[in-house]
Amino acid sequence: MQRRLKIGVLYSRVRVEEKWIFGAMEKRGIDYDRLDDRAIHFDLEKPEEWRGYDAVLERSISYNSGLYALRLLNAFGVPTVNAASVAEICGDKLMTSAALARDGIPQPHNATAFTPEAALEAIEAMGYPVVLKPVVGSWGRLLAKVNDRDAAEAVLEHKSTLGSVQHSVFYIQEYIEKPGRDIRAIVIGDRVLTAMYRKSEHWITNTARGGEGELCPITPEIEDLCLKAAEAVGGGVLAVDLVEHPQRGLVVNEINHTMEFHTMQPVSGIDIAGEIVEYVVKMARMRDEL
Amino acid sequence: MSTVNCPECEAEVALNAGTEVGEIIVCPDCGVDLEVTSVDPAAVQLAPMEQEDWGE
Repeated sequence: MQRRLKIGVLYSRVRVEEKWIFGAMEKRGIDYDRLDDRAIHFDLEKPEEWRGYDAVLERSISYNSGLYALRLLNAFGVPTVNAASVAEICGDKLMTSAALARDGIPQPHNATAFTPEAALEAIEAMGYPVVLKPVVGSWGRLLAKVNDRDAAEAVLEHKSTLGSVQHSVFYIQEYIEKPGRDIRAIVIGDRVLTAMYRKSEHWITNTARGGEGELCPITPEIEDLCLKAAEAVGGGVLAVDLVEHPQRGLVVNEINHTMEFHTMQPVSGIDIAGEIVEYVVKMARMRDEL
Repeated sequence: MSTVNCPECEAEVALNAGTEVGEIIVCPDCGVDLEVTSVDPAAVQLAPMEQEDWGE
């Protein structure tokens, strides 16, 4: 008989996704602990407390808390979904771009600079409009569409004066005239589970910013691109965001490692939470069999 | 269904069946985000402000 597994779910807030995940755990009779990332602490001399988990699913809302917890858990030999190395790449837009570039995966034209002066040069070389993005951040926050030199100078000055040190990594992306929508696909392991159009009149199409969801058929092209993108960042449970570039076709815009799916699950009719839990259990069993 | 008072405006806030600890609810009167800290007995506190590294 198989040993009963112990799973941890690291979280900050019980959003609807966490409720669904907890529900999926309970439905399957899985022994799991809810680990509030604001309450836990790690004693590096006592890794055995954590080694009791056969796998930990990370759902932290804070990128830093989640990432450091994953690093420690992986250092203790506890498998996590996703791995710390995946979170490192996906949580940082520049790291993601570098991984995609390394593997030759199509993405928007990006440039990076470390001073406002060099950033302005890079923007002028790319041509207006451009989008400035923080390398770490989500939900479409602090994105700036820059239409001309005046705006570029103002935004760069504001970022370097008012922003944290991280805002002085200037991540510059071409502005893509997308058809009022982008595509989000859920990849779990080696499968593209489902995909959705996120529609919005606004140039920022995140559903966190009011974008609406509509089912998107998974074409062979979407499937191939998403699987390659997921592999480039190390794989796991991921949301790959694609944009339809008017000249270049589908490009990978970003990849999320603790994705929200409150719109996607009802739109697709797929039990995404259940699929995530099954994947975590599979990871835990793999460790158990080693 | 249990109720609590909003710590911001003192309005009565109802916790729906199935509400879980750690969930965020919105005060129907003042619109502030409240974190559920206990369901039996019901208790809430002001939810933490969104931080720069928050997201998915």
